[in-house]
Amino acid sequence: MIRIQNALWEIRNWFRGITNAVADFLKNHKMGFLVNWPGWLKAIVFLAPALTLLGIFTFYPIVNAFRLVGFVGYRVIDGVEQATGYTVFGNFITVITEDNFILPSSHTQSSVLINTLIIVLISVPLSVIISLMVAVALNSIKPLRSFFQTIYFLPYVTNSIAIGLVFAYMFRSGNSGLVNRMLSVFGVDPITWIERGATFWKAMFVLLIYGTWGALAFKIMVFMTSIQGIDKQYYQAAAIDNTSKWRIFSKITVPLISPMIFYIVITSVIGAFKTYETVIAIFGNTGAPAGATYTLKTIVFYIYDYLNVSAPGNLSLAAASSIVLFAFILVLTLIQMQVGKKRIHY
Amino acid sequence: MELRLEHLTKVFTDKTGKETRAVDDLDIVITSGKLIALLGPSGCGKSTTLFMIAGLHKPTSGKIWFGEDEVTKLAPEKRGIGLVFQNYALYPHMTVRQNIMFPLENLRISRDEAISRMEEMAKLVGISELMERKPSQLSGGQQQRVAIARALVKKPRVLLLDEPLSNLDARLRLQMREEIKRIQRETGITTIFVTHDQEEAMSISDEMVVLNNGVKQQVEKPQIMYNHPINLFVAKFLGNPPINIFEGEVKQGMLYANEAPLGKVGAPDGQYHVGIRPEDFNIDANGFDVTITEIFHIGRDTLIHFQENGQDVRALVESDSIEEGVNHVKLSVKPAKIHLFEIESETVVAHD
Repeated sequence: MIRIQNALWEIRNWFRGITNAVADFLKNHKMGFLVNWPGWLKAIVFLAPALTLLGIFTFYPIVNAFRLVGFVGYRVIDGVEQATGYTVFGNFITVITEDNFILPSSHTQSSVLINTLIIVLISVPLSVIISLMVAVALNSIKPLRSFFQTIYFLPYVTNSIAIGLVFAYMFRSGNSGLVNRMLSVFGVDPITWIERGATFWKAMFVLLIYGTWGALAFKIMVFMTSIQGIDKQYYQAAAIDNTSKWRIFSKITVPLISPMIFYIVITSVIGAFKTYETVIAIFGNTGAPAGATYTLKTIVFYIYDYLNVSAPGNLSLAAASSIVLFAFILVLTLIQMQVGKKRIHY
Repeated sequence: MELRLEHLTKVFTDKTGKETRAVDDLDIVITSGKLIALLGPSGCGKSTTLFMIAGLHKPTSGKIWFGEDEVTKLAPEKRGIGLVFQNYALYPHMTVRQNIMFPLENLRISRDEAISRMEEMAKLVGISELMERKPSQLSGGQQQRVAIARALVKKPRVLLLDEPLSNLDARLRLQMREEIKRIQRETGITTIFVTHDQEEAMSISDEMVVLNNGVKQQVEKPQIMYNHPINLFVAKFLGNPPINIFEGEVKQGMLYANEAPLGKVGAPDGQYHVGIRPEDFNIDANGFDVTITEIFHIGRDTLIHFQENGQDVRALVESDSIEEGVNHVKLSVKPAKIHLFEIESETVVAHD
């Protein structure tokens, strides 16, 4: 062991000798600028790979989206952009007034915006509260903690489409579905959850359960680590003062990890706004149970519909609706930041 | 309320099954209304003892009595104690007011009473004008006061302080020392405080308990313990600069260090550890002759170093009594100030 460490030490010295020799050589030949790079130049060099990728796959598409909104009848034929006209708000108006985007059309019960908001407003608070409870509970037990931690973390490392298929299987109609069979133990008649004839709220219920459960893993992990980071002495002090469990939770644990809760709420609101694969996984690309008079599509689902290759020419509408989505998320996040300023104890 | 520890023992077992006796068969009686210091070097089990009294650690064996009640198995919240942590453990998200109110909110008392108690306590510790601040906006000494107020506001039976002054700078430490003493006297609460600083313990406590490796060494009033240490450990632990220890021999009532006579002692003949505190040397024309190796002038006193039986010995003498440039001086020690310890057991040997 010591020999290896000695050898490593020698190798490191050897390399240091070489770098010093190169630096000396350059300095002696008036090329010192090659060694003494200014800090900002070094920063750019180190950031370059990440910036390149971000530029191609993030910044350019964002800018491009704002450009595409301006076109009417935009198409790319043989690599050449073509458009029949230009507009400023036209595409936004088309998207916003379209059936099923904001307002449900006459024969349906829901629109993509309503669906998305239901998912955001129900699954986010639910998953945050449940994961907080689970994290606190897991932190207070010693045996089997890592076992439960693994179980709760499984959804995070499992493919969400695969989980969706399992969920679809669990919620099958009649007595073949696992959920229905479990309910039958309590004397509940089989319920049609997600197949032909399922009502909107039953299908939505399955979607919410899946979304909430899938979001738990990461949150539990974050909350557990931040709770473990709290100084034990606060709890000892509270114990000596005969503080009830609930007061310890609400007056000590929650305030002390409030920056983390805030971070989780913001990111999961954004995440829930982007819900897409849960709908696909359970209902397929129709976005609703077979024969349903409503849709369970989300905003992102809607955007992808515009990108459908079999019906080209809607790229500008896709860009417009994604900017609308961006606006929703931005406004909501700004509101949260304002609320956060008053409620978060850093 | 009198507090008694009976055969209190705490054994920590690590993952490899190795046992550490942090506290070993501790028997202490703490008189009601007194300020007691648990003193010892780090790792001697003093904080463990405190946490066992608080109920945060479970004793391996032994009993803890609060007056007539045995509290050994009682949960911390049922013991009626106030604990001030080493780093205060003030809730960072609450104001001073909320921090002090926190224990009261768990009691079944009226809000009016809670507020009046809180204000009374804030006044006692002198933080009435800081009530709306957060702990991060307070200095170390102010945080310390808030922590004491929070511990005292629920009127505990015992106040426990874990190294209360270790996070403060030297000047503040002196000030808070006196503050703690004053608060303790005004409330008359039985107080136990843990420290590794012998000077701190000696200056404020009514009685000191010295621990070493989890074993009680001596329980005594500070000055008595200083003058009559029961063993070599206690002698070495108390005093700054520390006591001088060297080997000596008693022959026919005379103490010799390497054949040089030091003074008359009434101990049986034999080899001993000799302990003499630096300040107990006197310049005396009839004393024994020493060669000064180093000399430090520190204002009122002068610290001289010399060799005694191969050991470096320090003596603290009055600056006026030493002339500039001398390297020989005659010193004497009063027999009562010579401490003899047995070589093997290191316990003190009484002599006249």
